[in-house]
Amino acid sequence: MSAQVTIQPGSRSLGRIYALEAKYELLKLLRLPAYLVPTMIFPLAFYLLFGVALRHGGGGTFDLATYLVATYGAFGVMNAALFGFGVGTAMERGQGWMLFKRATPMPPLAWFAGKLAACMACAAVMVSCLFTLAATVGGVHLSAGQWLSLAGVLVSGTVPFAAFGLAVGSWVGPNAAPAFINLLALPMAFASGMWFPLQMMPGFVRKIAVFLPPYHFTQLALGRIGMAGGSGIGEPAMRGVIFLTVFTAVALYVAWQGYRRDEGKTFG
Amino acid sequence: MNDTIQSIETAAELRGAVKKYGAVTALGGVDLTIRAGEVVAVLGPNGAGKTTAVQILLGLARPSAGSARLFGLEPREAAARMRVGAMLQVSKVPETLKVREHIHLISSYYPRPLPMREVIAAAGLGGLEERLFGKLSGGQRQRVLFALALCGDPDLLFLDEPTVGMDVEARRSFWEQIRRRAGAGRSVLLTTHYLEEADALADRIVLLDRGRIVAEGTPAEIKARVLGKRIRCRTRLSLAELAALPGVRDARRPEETGEAEILAAEAEPVVRELLARDPGVSGLDVRGAGLEEAFLALTGNHQIEKIETEVAA
Repeated sequence: MSAQVTIQPGSRSLGRIYALEAKYELLKLLRLPAYLVPTMIFPLAFYLLFGVALRHGGGGTFDLATYLVATYGAFGVMNAALFGFGVGTAMERGQGWMLFKRATPMPPLAWFAGKLAACMACAAVMVSCLFTLAATVGGVHLSAGQWLSLAGVLVSGTVPFAAFGLAVGSWVGPNAAPAFINLLALPMAFASGMWFPLQMMPGFVRKIAVFLPPYHFTQLALGRIGMAGGSGIGEPAMRGVIFLTVFTAVALYVAWQGYRRDEGKTFG
Repeated sequence: MNDTIQSIETAAELRGAVKKYGAVTALGGVDLTIRAGEVVAVLGPNGAGKTTAVQILLGLARPSAGSARLFGLEPREAAARMRVGAMLQVSKVPETLKVREHIHLISSYYPRPLPMREVIAAAGLGGLEERLFGKLSGGQRQRVLFALALCGDPDLLFLDEPTVGMDVEARRSFWEQIRRRAGAGRSVLLTTHYLEEADALADRIVLLDRGRIVAEGTPAEIKARVLGKRIRCRTRLSLAELAALPGVRDARRPEETGEAEILAAEAEPVVRELLARDPGVSGLDVRGAGLEEAFLALTGNHQIEKIETEVAA
């Protein structure tokens, strides 16, 4: 890119491009049942089932309804970002749409920012619905500060899993992507204490958990409501933040390599 | 920018462009210039390197050697891309957005986009604005891709095999839109493997074969070179004698049939002479030479080798 040949971009507005990109990414997702079911329906339905209807089954003193607000919230956010970016990227890449977009004067960052904003918006809607359920039928009592800080942690969790999804979507084909992401997300969610408290799990699962991004995300969320220790293997918040930051950087690097490989096919 | 400058401006240029994918050479050193206001058709069979040439010009592929410029700029610069629209061979557009929404978004990337209703009218999408892309027929999808190429009101429009899969009527109305574009002083580069399409639209045809330009000229010049008659017969005359007949461009005798095949601008003088020199001629068959024969004439024997390798593969 030479700096001296700068032609004025005319009347196009970057702010408007970013806003439209986000708006249409969101519309795309909202019209896609394959996206809404794992991100919206699953966490809410699971919460109603295990957090509300069956919460007294264990019989102990453990406050499952409160625990699961954080962990199903984390599960839904992870799905929102993983499926939104993973499947979306794989489809658009594999079917030539990305190539077309690269030929337009679209600012490349607008694509990423738009998708991220759309996934975050879906995550925020899901978290709001979940909190409403928890505070009403779930009988969960948290202070306003706890609700807000939990919501903040949950929605921010979109970022590392968006990077993860982007990495997967940059390498996996459009047909394999949904299955591949399910195969990644479901066992990870299970082993990270997103569905059941880790203390109910066999020891080896707990040993694996500390290497999984959803585990650290879940622990950060539980930490906001004083339950990180509730699993028996609480982590200092800082360690989780560092783990997820490094993970995000690695995932973005892997995604970048995938993008370079795609360019290599045409760019070689 | 005034009219005088624009009229002499070069819209797109390839210089010595080479593209290799591993051991395969997709483009073997191509020079191509598209001037402002010109419609150029890159014509060639599948695998000729047409799409590769377009991708290099659009900055989607980097040439292994040589260079590409759009309006004097590096093709990947935003300032160059703002003056260009492209209809590529896209198998799927996101299906859960409506026609109007797709156009709205892509239009926003450009400084002076066309008004929505003009894009809809030009692409023949009236009444389909609120339809989800996933609910469109194949032909309607092609029209959306055309609309997305057009919506930025580009100075140069790239159309990569735009009418593949279109029926005759759709193709005609599509051609009409491209002519209108050219009439408004915009440049168009289209790739096609239909000689008829190149003839109907282009100011200049570039004939590409196996990554090289084998002929270039106005449609009339190209047709004069490529259109002619194909004469088949059994004759005792040698290939050298046949090639020396008046107006013969090419003569060959494939081993499978043993029949002579002659390509000529006109059939009558050749046949008259042929019968005079060999009264024993049999199985005489005269046909208009199609594009396939034209390529044969222009590219020599390797086209036959190519067909054979394709069959073998």
